[in-house]
Amino acid sequence: MNMSTIDKSRRKALAQLGGSAAALTLISLGIRTASASEKLTIGAVYVGSRDDYGYNQSHAEAVAEMKKLPYIRVVEEERVPETIAVQKSMQAMIEQDDAKLIFATSFGYFDPYVLKLGAQYPKIRFAHCGGLWTPKDPKNTGSFFGYIDECEYLSGVVAAHVSKSKKLGFIAAKPIPQVLRNINSFTLGAQSVDPSFTTHVIFTGDWSMPVKEAESANSLIDQGCDVITCHVDSPKVIIETAEKRGVYCTGYHVDQSSLAPKGYLTGAEWVWATPYKMLVDAAYEGKPMLNFLRGGLKEGFVKMSPYGKAVPEKAKETADAIKAKMLGGSYVIFKGPLKDNNGKTVIPEGVSLGQRDVALEGMNYLVAGVVGQI
Amino acid sequence: MYTGIKRFLLPIAEPLLVPTGAILVGMLLFAGFVALVGQSPPEVFLTLYQGGFGSSFSLQNTLVLASPLILTGLAVAIPAQAGMIMIGGEGALALGALLAGVVGYALHDNSALVAQIGMLTAGALTGALWFALSGWLRNYRGVNETISSLLLSYIGIALLNYCIQGPLKDPASTNNPATHPIGDAHMIGNIPGMDVHYGLIIGIVFALIIWLVLKYTTVGLALRAVGGNPRAAQMAGLNVNYWVIGAAAVGGAAAGLSGAIEVAAVQGSANSAVVAGYGFTGILVAFIARQNPFAVIPIAILFGGIDAAGGMLQRRLDMPDATVIVFQGILFVVILASDTLLGRFRFFKPTTTKPVIKGTES
Repeated sequence: MNMSTIDKSRRKALAQLGGSAAALTLISLGIRTASASEKLTIGAVYVGSRDDYGYNQSHAEAVAEMKKLPYIRVVEEERVPETIAVQKSMQAMIEQDDAKLIFATSFGYFDPYVLKLGAQYPKIRFAHCGGLWTPKDPKNTGSFFGYIDECEYLSGVVAAHVSKSKKLGFIAAKPIPQVLRNINSFTLGAQSVDPSFTTHVIFTGDWSMPVKEAESANSLIDQGCDVITCHVDSPKVIIETAEKRGVYCTGYHVDQSSLAPKGYLTGAEWVWATPYKMLVDAAYEGKPMLNFLRGGLKEGFVKMSPYGKAVPEKAKETADAIKAKMLGGSYVIFKGPLKDNNGKTVIPEGVSLGQRDVALEGMNYLVAGVVGQI
Repeated sequence: MYTGIKRFLLPIAEPLLVPTGAILVGMLLFAGFVALVGQSPPEVFLTLYQGGFGSSFSLQNTLVLASPLILTGLAVAIPAQAGMIMIGGEGALALGALLAGVVGYALHDNSALVAQIGMLTAGALTGALWFALSGWLRNYRGVNETISSLLLSYIGIALLNYCIQGPLKDPASTNNPATHPIGDAHMIGNIPGMDVHYGLIIGIVFALIIWLVLKYTTVGLALRAVGGNPRAAQMAGLNVNYWVIGAAAVGGAAAGLSGAIEVAAVQGSANSAVVAGYGFTGILVAFIARQNPFAVIPIAILFGGIDAAGGMLQRRLDMPDATVIVFQGILFVVILASDTLLGRFRFFKPTTTKPVIKGTES
């Protein structure tokens, strides 16, 4: 059956189905799409709540920025699981809301859902967050991501200046390359101040496990860690637990300083508005889809939270000096000789892996000084 | 005194009209809530209708979202016939998905049909075994099946996560751990002319078969006897152990099958995304359907519709996802509460009882 007959049979089914109510529906639909025709409609799908103090909020904030643009209309859906539900949500945005550019913000949305719809709707653009796109994938799809490990490194530098026990705590969701890279960067940052620093890691097993995250925070603090940080979808309970227990913390995804006015040192934040604006403008102006979009501090894809009250001047100076080098593009975090926490050499002497090196994207080790197993 | 057609229709009308009335009352209450948060109730209801059932696209959307819920609803409703409340469908689903992924990959050199049958069988058998374990624990060790099935469910999910991150992981799936892909060619496709996969039909057929078997064969009678009074059933010569474990296993097979369909029709490999709460929503579906395998079908579609409509509510009216959860909550509390009204309306009662002793007519 070809497309036009499907269309016809759908229309027929529609007419039979809803009768006058469906007709009403169609009229109101028609009015809506007509009034929106001059604007570019973008759709955004989130896996969690838009106000989760974490990953989803970081995207919702960028979408809110896009909403301010006069030529943009936004439709959003939150708490969409990585099942066929997301495929249907994106499809509904295209079919019912006339969306031309879809932001699929959760990692698991890409394969198979974005890939499937990308092939089915060649004129619609799909921007996925997480950096999975390869040249064999549809040209109207693409992925964007940020080198947030730069901010984790700087957070480690700051943490090392306030920690007395020289034990840092890290609560992580899953032992996947992106997460391991953050743990390692944070640790290397602290070790750049004092090589005797260790980071104690607990993996919770999933992206959003508030109860386990609170338990992990308490357990790390009981073990003597006096700076806590994390890589989970919503750092809220971890930051609150650290504040309640009177230890320091560094944030992730968005600024969580309001949750811990005393102990919040700084944090690694996304600035998704930067890639969003690039993708939106390319779509609006009819330029080719940006298939592979990356950036760090220098490109404005990520930023640091403002320093908290507890951060000493010396820490600010050291961190700012490294940040200046990162902004200049001359700072390398992962360079040899580097050993993992089993004593095996992972980067030999003389080798330095720059920020854009793809070898870093398959990271499967924890560096020496990290206490924990993958 | 009612006669003829009324006498036949009224007993059927009651179980249909009471829940319908409950839905209307629930909608009224929700309208009050909507007005409270400053939205227009007519617009919200129009959007809900548009998003769930208003067009052919919405309707297909609804059916896709409903299809796993039919099977996970059955996973609760079938053991309930034998008097068990088993709420561990999520774990059976997870393990069914895992085994389906493994078998699907192992059979990737065979024809698509062989691979698909293999995946569905593996999923169903795994689910059946997992639930049978709870049934066995109840009969031989006296462990409450509600608790054991819930705990086994967590173990099932943990096993799935362990296997996809460890021994069964496809090394290519670095950032999103999964088993090896079963291959696009072996995936279960869509029903011709629709954007809905065959899982829907599998679910409906499963539900209809169970319903017919329970209603028209001695199996149903035996199960009800076991569920109603195990001792009396034993006295009547039924082997209660077999019936209890068997009912649990068939329920588990439904849950495992839904996991296998998730892999074979949607995901293409077993990964943690299959644990999306279908098993837990299935509990709600079964209870709203009053454990009737046939009623599970429309109730699952109602759930799917509300889910699909919720998306539209967010997109069109900028309302949070929680709005739909509020609507579901109100609706289902009212429906469950309306259960107590069944049998209380005089109107539905044909008062045709013939007096046994003459002269006692009132």
